[in-house]
Amino acid sequence: MKMLALEAEKLTKDYAVGFWRPRPYRALDNLSLQVERDEVFGFLGPNGAGKTTTLKLLTELIYPTSGRISVLGKAPGHPDVRRRVGFLPEAPYFYDYLSAEELLTYFAALFGLRGPERSRRVSGLLDKVGIAGERRLPLRKFSKGMLQRVGLAQALINEPELVFLDEPMSGLDPLGRRDVRALILELRDRGCTVFFSSHILSDAEALCSRVAIVVAGQLVTSGRLSEILAFEVSGWELVMADLQPPAIEALGSTVRKVTRISEGRYTIEVAAEAEPERVVGDLRSRGGRFVSLNPVRTTLEDYFVQQVEARKAAPPAGRVMPEG
Amino acid sequence: MGRVIGLVAYHVFKESVRDKVLYNLVLFAVLMIGASYLIGQLTAGQDVKIIKDLGLAASSVFGLFIAVFIGVGLVWKEVDRRSVYNLLVKPLRRHEFIFGKFLGLALTLFVNIAVMAAALYAVLALMNWMNPGLGRAAIEAPVLDPQLLKAFALLYVQLLVVTSVALFFSTFSGPMLSAAFTFGLYIVGHFNADLAHFESVVKSAAAAWLGKALYYALPNLAPFDVKAAVVHGQPVSAAYVGLTAGYGLLYAGAMVALAILVFSRRDFK
Repeated sequence: MKMLALEAEKLTKDYAVGFWRPRPYRALDNLSLQVERDEVFGFLGPNGAGKTTTLKLLTELIYPTSGRISVLGKAPGHPDVRRRVGFLPEAPYFYDYLSAEELLTYFAALFGLRGPERSRRVSGLLDKVGIAGERRLPLRKFSKGMLQRVGLAQALINEPELVFLDEPMSGLDPLGRRDVRALILELRDRGCTVFFSSHILSDAEALCSRVAIVVAGQLVTSGRLSEILAFEVSGWELVMADLQPPAIEALGSTVRKVTRISEGRYTIEVAAEAEPERVVGDLRSRGGRFVSLNPVRTTLEDYFVQQVEARKAAPPAGRVMPEG
Repeated sequence: MGRVIGLVAYHVFKESVRDKVLYNLVLFAVLMIGASYLIGQLTAGQDVKIIKDLGLAASSVFGLFIAVFIGVGLVWKEVDRRSVYNLLVKPLRRHEFIFGKFLGLALTLFVNIAVMAAALYAVLALMNWMNPGLGRAAIEAPVLDPQLLKAFALLYVQLLVVTSVALFFSTFSGPMLSAAFTFGLYIVGHFNADLAHFESVVKSAAAAWLGKALYYALPNLAPFDVKAAVVHGQPVSAAYVGLTAGYGLLYAGAMVALAILVFSRRDFK
């Protein structure tokens, strides 16, 4: 078995809500997870599911009501752990009076870095996240996307072994998201464990070896993407042009769904067991022109929606716990 | 440990410089020069006293405003804007963060008080140079009286007490409430001595006990104010300054410890 970078066991967090008669609100309920070293782990869930609460527990910005956390084999607040992890908070905010370069220099100094090594690391990271040109600009003039890039740079200033990224793609344009994806994969290749939370599922699908899905403060599932999702083909999506409707009708029961795109152009969904080459051949012999053929698979999004809907249909007893 | 505290403190100072907090010194200088020109029309000797009084009072007011208004935002602003998340996951423990914040503001106040003291001495020296007979006319105390430094020193320690109170409130409360509490305690602190003898004016033993408890719990700020004595040339002993400063530092230390206690247990929701 691979070494664990992170282990959470039966993690529960209650907050008190209400001023006069505070009642506990369960933000996280009995969550257990394990993250292996050198993997990219996606922590997924809809808004308000408990993702940020979990990340704050793992970085000891809040303390658990019950449960146990081990980060790199130690308590999350241990000074040795602090030196070896990085953290990008959701929608990070920094000091208005500092420039990006000054901020990174300050944070590098907290790790005891000094002299040419500190300058080298600060410059290298500013280049890497694409804000080298704005290094001397005060942070108050930065856009949301640029602040996100500064946030990433500061999370990596100590060359961490494990990095927590809370919604790393939020606030970024498509180019920024592509850069962050490349950066996450580069970190993994360098031997850094990446734990990131997101509700953007395509990112998780593109990056993660394993994921956990949390809904309403509870863990729904965790494991390899290949285990969670049935990767076998559940059907075929065929696009044909110059077709007459009788040609489609002649295919019979193998057709699941037909969508007309434009005059003579159709998307035809056929069952998995149908041989797609034969179907294409049939249609071509009836005058159709082949455009494209794609397998239909269950996506993470399908699975995610299914899980969230299932939770909504059978809600837990209520997240504000009864008194007594 | 000292290194990271120093880093936090340095950045508090840097922020106050960049936020133009030290501009108050320009205002102070203008006030002093303007006042010395206007008061120059008065009887020789009296003008020195008034300038000293004005200089010390203005230092006290400017210092108080800096201590309260920066002090109440020191921690609150970091938590409210969530910039504290980036800091506390680094090798910086919560008590180091609080202590660094306190030292940073202490440094800002020190620079402020030192420059204001230097400006007051400069104005007095200028008056002395322009009117050579002034030294003989100022019979109660010399024009460039070194005793003024004692008043500035005690004012500085008093501001450290105010800063520590503001910092304590800042760890769990918003800036409006914290400022109101701190100003409230500042005012109460000047009348605290009355509580020591509360039993002579009330019959109830419980009320007398409460008065005594409040006397010890609330800061006693009146002893830090030696402006009148210094201006009128009355002696202020080094032992008095030492003892009062010692009390102030102890009180500020206790408040910082309380701030650390609250902050260390806090959840950053």
